Amino acid sequence: MNAPFGRRLCEVAANRDSGGYRVVSLLDHEGPEPEPGQFYMLAAEAGWGADGGRAFLPRAISVAATAPGARGGVRLDFLLDAVGPGTERLCGLGAGEGVWITGPLGNSFAAPAEVSPGAAGAVLVGGGVGVAPLALLRRRFGERGVPHRVLLGFRDRRHTGGLDLFCGSSGALCPEVRLATEDGHTGLQGRVTDLLLPILAGDDARSGVVYACGPPAMLEAVRALCAEHGVACELALESPMACGFGACFGCAVPKPGGGFLRLCVDGPVLRGDQVEEVSHAYA
Amino acid sequence: MPELCGIELEHPVINASGTYDAIAARAVFGDALLEDFPFAAFVSKTITPEPRAGNAPRRIWETPAGMLNSIGLPNKGLEGFLAEDLPRLAALPVPLIVSIMATSREDFARCVERVAARREVAAIELNVSCPNVHSGLIVGEDPAETEALLETLRPRTEKPLIVKLTPNVAGPAAVAAGAERGGADAVSLINTLKGTAVDPATGAPALGNGYGGLSGPAVRPVALEQVRSVRAATGLPIVGMGGIASGADAAEFLALGASVVAVGTESFRDPRAGSRVAAELESTLRLERVSEPVLDLD
Repeated sequence: MNAPFGRRLCEVAANRDSGGYRVVSLLDHEGPEPEPGQFYMLAAEAGWGADGGRAFLPRAISVAATAPGARGGVRLDFLLDAVGPGTERLCGLGAGEGVWITGPLGNSFAAPAEVSPGAAGAVLVGGGVGVAPLALLRRRFGERGVPHRVLLGFRDRRHTGGLDLFCGSSGALCPEVRLATEDGHTGLQGRVTDLLLPILAGDDARSGVVYACGPPAMLEAVRALCAEHGVACELALESPMACGFGACFGCAVPKPGGGFLRLCVDGPVLRGDQVEEVSHAYA
Repeated sequence: MPELCGIELEHPVINASGTYDAIAARAVFGDALLEDFPFAAFVSKTITPEPRAGNAPRRIWETPAGMLNSIGLPNKGLEGFLAEDLPRLAALPVPLIVSIMATSREDFARCVERVAARREVAAIELNVSCPNVHSGLIVGEDPAETEALLETLRPRTEKPLIVKLTPNVAGPAAVAAGAERGGADAVSLINTLKGTAVDPATGAPALGNGYGGLSGPAVRPVALEQVRSVRAATGLPIVGMGGIASGADAAEFLALGASVVAVGTESFRDPRAGSRVAAELESTLRLERVSEPVLDLD
């Protein structure tokens, strides 16, 4: 379904803490419900540019959760980490403030059998604030009865956000979610790929598809491991992006055979074999 | 009704070349794009004789009130454009202006002839100023080179030739005068200003190409002064652009002698910016018309 043409003003319904990140909820009365992996361009109505002329461009943020709006429409939940002037402003939004949004934009994750013929199960691999689109994907898989496991990696106690998006607000982790943290404060001490490797090495690995989103180094490790073990994967990438609708050509991702993809319209979800190497140079 | 080189326009706002992909936008937004097309004419991305992949990332970098880009003119090449893109762009509800660039007068001439032969094309913009491609700088930096290029191209078509001027010269008015002597029908300005930035994470240039072109409201005062100086030096119609984000911004360009304005970077922030700027400009101009007799009475 097409995104409404143009940007539209939405109201902030809530802004809450989530393990060091923020979950900002917007009420959208015009757009269709987004698919897992899709993103929106977000810019605060007020105070955008207040930090020495930045932020100037809207920020591309994927959807972490949706719900029916209290007064109709769709509530869109975005998981945000304040890493620069744009995300800092978005993290500071108060209820009732306005946000310009364009979207939903981009493609979405495909069902396991669409990615790899015969595949039935899924392994979701998320890192840091990149766990966001996997939360929406996990809900979709749950609704459709797709068997799935969830592996999440975080740096440390102050960067362990978004878990409640996977397991509800009780704080208890559901059994199919496993954690790795670099400081070892919870879950396995190590990286999320340490959890993935034994699964990929298992006899039934090729009956499943890996879905990953996270920092470039994590995505590259997942891509390379999946390629090595012959397991299909879909990666949700991030790239500097001015517009989100194919106009600026800024979000170029190199293709294996030469040339570039535009991540906003060809992605943000790419199959592992569509990517030469996930690199900081464009992510 | 506004016009540009005899092309009638619904309103005086068009797009800057390279800042809107109408084919991609149609896929994203559907028919709503056509029903409420934001520009009174559509200017294509620059087409080159051969296909180009574009520059290595990173390609964009946000700056105070603007952005740097180093895109590198990715396009399907002349034949790919004519075969695949032109028929789809012809479905747009507005006149089509095709931007072209080549590295020799012979290649420029071939492109002009091939593009002008298509009835879907209302006018041709000559990119002599893109700072992202090394060869693009040369012609537009030199009045005599610009005049000579136009003398080569002028006999090849009767369709309007619009010269996109580079701002990265000491005297853009002299280049505009050269374009006029060579037979251009209009000039458009400004292209992006050459600039760079350092990535604090690496201490190295932020863009893959080392430098890029600056656009957005940050460049608007520079653009306005160049429009003013070009207006003083030539009688050619001017397409004014550079950081236009509102009707008030557009009115400044018209006040200094532009016939038409173009919106570029603002479309990245607001896909319907062209329509919004046109509507704001209309109400600005209507207010001025209403207030004039009152001022006369004073």
